[in-house]
Amino acid sequence: MSVNDNEPYVTADGRKIGGVLMEMKNITLRFGGVKAITDISFDIREGEIRAIIGPNGAGKSSMLNVISGFYIPQEGEVWYKGAPRPQMKPYEVAQQGIARTFQNIALFEGMTVLDNVMTGRLNHMKTGLLAQAIWKGKAQAEEVENREVAEKIIDFLEIQHIRKTPVARLPYGLKKRVELARALAAQPSLLLLDEPMAGMNVEEKEDMSRFILDVNDEFGTTIALIEHDMGVVMDLSDRVVVMDYGKKIGDGTPDEVRNNQNVIDAYLGVAHD
Amino acid sequence: MAQPSETAGGLESIPALLLRNAKQFGDKAAYREKEFGIWQSWTWAETEKEIEALALGLINLGVNEGDFIAIIGRNRPHFYWSMVAAQSVGAIPVPLYQDSAAEEMAYVLEHCGARFAIVEDQEQVDKVIEIQERLHQFEHMIYIDPRGLRKYDHHALHEFSHVQDQGRAARDEWIEDLKARRAKLTYESQCVMLYTSGTTGKPKGVVLSNRNIIVSAKNSAEFDHLGPGDEVLAYLPMAWVGDFIFSIGQAYWTGFCVNCPESADTMMTDLREIGPTYYFAPPRVFETQLTNVMIRMEDAGKFKKRMFDRAMAHAKKVGPNILDGKPVGFMDRLKYKFYDLMIYGPLKNTLGLSRVRVGYTAGEAIGPEIFDFYRSLGINLKQLYGQTEASVFITVQPDGEVRADTVGVPAPEVEIRINDEGRIYYRSPGTFVEYYKNPESTADTKDAEGWVDTGDAGFFEEGTGHLRIIDRAKDVGKMADGSMFAPKYVENKLKFYPDILEAVLFGAGKEYCVAFINIDLTAVGNWAERNNIGYASYQELAGHPKVLDNIQSHVEAVNRSVADDPMLSGCQIHRFVILHKELDADDGEMTRTRKVRRAFVADKFNDIVEALYNGSDKVSTETEVTYEDGRKGAIKATLEIRDAKVVPVTTHKVAAE
Repeated sequence: MSVNDNEPYVTADGRKIGGVLMEMKNITLRFGGVKAITDISFDIREGEIRAIIGPNGAGKSSMLNVISGFYIPQEGEVWYKGAPRPQMKPYEVAQQGIARTFQNIALFEGMTVLDNVMTGRLNHMKTGLLAQAIWKGKAQAEEVENREVAEKIIDFLEIQHIRKTPVARLPYGLKKRVELARALAAQPSLLLLDEPMAGMNVEEKEDMSRFILDVNDEFGTTIALIEHDMGVVMDLSDRVVVMDYGKKIGDGTPDEVRNNQNVIDAYLGVAHD
Repeated sequence: MAQPSETAGGLESIPALLLRNAKQFGDKAAYREKEFGIWQSWTWAETEKEIEALALGLINLGVNEGDFIAIIGRNRPHFYWSMVAAQSVGAIPVPLYQDSAAEEMAYVLEHCGARFAIVEDQEQVDKVIEIQERLHQFEHMIYIDPRGLRKYDHHALHEFSHVQDQGRAARDEWIEDLKARRAKLTYESQCVMLYTSGTTGKPKGVVLSNRNIIVSAKNSAEFDHLGPGDEVLAYLPMAWVGDFIFSIGQAYWTGFCVNCPESADTMMTDLREIGPTYYFAPPRVFETQLTNVMIRMEDAGKFKKRMFDRAMAHAKKVGPNILDGKPVGFMDRLKYKFYDLMIYGPLKNTLGLSRVRVGYTAGEAIGPEIFDFYRSLGINLKQLYGQTEASVFITVQPDGEVRADTVGVPAPEVEIRINDEGRIYYRSPGTFVEYYKNPESTADTKDAEGWVDTGDAGFFEEGTGHLRIIDRAKDVGKMADGSMFAPKYVENKLKFYPDILEAVLFGAGKEYCVAFINIDLTAVGNWAERNNIGYASYQELAGHPKVLDNIQSHVEAVNRSVADDPMLSGCQIHRFVILHKELDADDGEMTRTRKVRRAFVADKFNDIVEALYNGSDKVSTETEVTYEDGRKGAIKATLEIRDAKVVPVTTHKVAAE
């Protein structure tokens, strides 16, 4: 069993990994004269936890923004579900089943946790604005349906006690969890996490890791995440892409990456030529 | 029901009561639990079906009559069903504290030789797996929440709903067996085994029979006129006898509804949503609620604060009298009505106590000021005195005779005797059968005539016939000059202050008393914030000179109040220290029901006690702490010792006995 073949396989802990869900083909991204990403290719397979790591300024967040459709690369193609993806607006990307969280939390601070999570259901609501305002019949039934999904996620992430609390009053660690809840509410097929553990203490990191693993396990959600904390990444992910100065310097299982000389150099700071 | 019976019309077991309720109150709610943001409910008829399916499933798994089944989890309908299902198949449920460390669980599981355990989730499953090696009889584990458990080896691990499904599928095969097992249950069958936390030594398994539970439940329900329309919120540990009596004994006897909160953190919100009519809480819960109210009033605007203070002053004056039906002037009544509309009513609503008809506090003595606060609002809060060995009830306060300093009159059918030394003994239909596998302790506690030693010292008040508890008999001592030393009395006075979470008094056989104090982080933290005092840790806040000043003023106020009581005036605190860590059950300093293990604390911190007596003004110490996951660490601290002013007392009147 090799992780790098394109055949579906079952991991040691019993999760099914399917075929390729998303493929980045020779992506190059420039901002004016600055090359943020240079000719990077890798794939994300159904059901796996895929990490993108690298030192500061390696281009990780840019990469995530390319995946999420926020940046449009000058060169290369993004293939999603077996077809090249045309240029699209962020909301169109969301409709395709991609959800994300942000490095600097981007919640609606004045709204309650529940309302924030409900916004994640937006793409699943079909009734019009007027019908929702009148809130009768179909609109009401739809609200109930979506609330059920939101409540399951609130239960899953154990945030029942803050359901009705305005987000602004929550501590940082909980806000991160609420953001994850909102992304999950969209029931995405691909979940992008931008530094889900930044600024957390050890206990919060442990909790968040647990939730990420459980999400992947229970819902079968494919997860792509960016993370600084090497220890966390190595424990969580099935495969890791390592970037440095906008280039891919390693790709493979955590063990392969850990023993990769380029990666060691990048992290220990050998002079670049 | 063809079963013969002498008293309760064939209702000699909890499963028999269940069948009656399913018939009599079929479509009335028996259980509610908030899940996914909505209160899910089960009627008595549905409950009966759920329990039957589980009982059949248990037989299918091979549960034998006389087996012990451990129950580990927070209050959920599923666990109450599990207990009754266990009883239905002739097994004995053994509820455990779910926050116990694996080590503590190992002792109990090994002692009772449980073959089965019904647990809540992955956390509990992991704990039991960790200790399984040492448990020879242990066979199967059933869990409720499948999350994270899919990949576990399922040879001896079963999901709750699957066990029920298998039970339903095998109904034809086992139903006669189940009926036969149920029919065998009598008043003398074991109903439950509860492990007492014990402030000393290893926990003991208290065996309670159906008679113990059902008669106690019946008597107490009649005493307080509980009926099928009542509602309770079940949030206290399931391993505690009180929860068993209220949420199973009384609930099955009267047919009232048991509501389970969504999670431990949402308890206050759930309390408000349910608005129980019958409420039970240990003093700590009332203290915390009161502390929260006071903190929030401190933060409120000037107008609101003044309004609140005035209303509370009036409530203090006439509230308890109105509740007791004593004569109160017309103007005072009118004023009380007005404030009820403006302040008390909304406050009670916020506390979730609007509908409470009967409220009880027990487990520890409650500070009179806290007690009076709730009663003055018109909440019929009463005290009872009891213990696991008595199936809770020893004494209770009848309506209209409620006071903070007594625990009431003997409960129905309970006899009480007090010996020459002031030790309290009782005998009742609720008196426990035995300590499991521990005949020596059983003999030490219960004599041949059925009298049980409570281990508490107290006396009946002349005139009213109410019992007053002084302290644990072994804690009550004499000081060097012969005056009485009753630590709890003074500690309770200290604990009324919102800033003080816990206090431990020392002084037996000494010249004077000294005290350890734990600050309440919520209250003191809030105070620090308002006064611009920065702190980085509990330890730093606890050692802040201004915090020490505040605590010192409380200690001195308590000294003045203690000096008023001629019997106990020797117990004034001469020197005290604020501890650098909170006393914690994980470190063995408290029991799981949060009672201080006095001897253990004295031993663990003996360097500090010594410093309190040798006159030094500082002490450096290092303390081992245990984290929630069982790892150990150490904290070092230098603590400042303060002297407190005491009121000189000229004559020591020693109690006549």
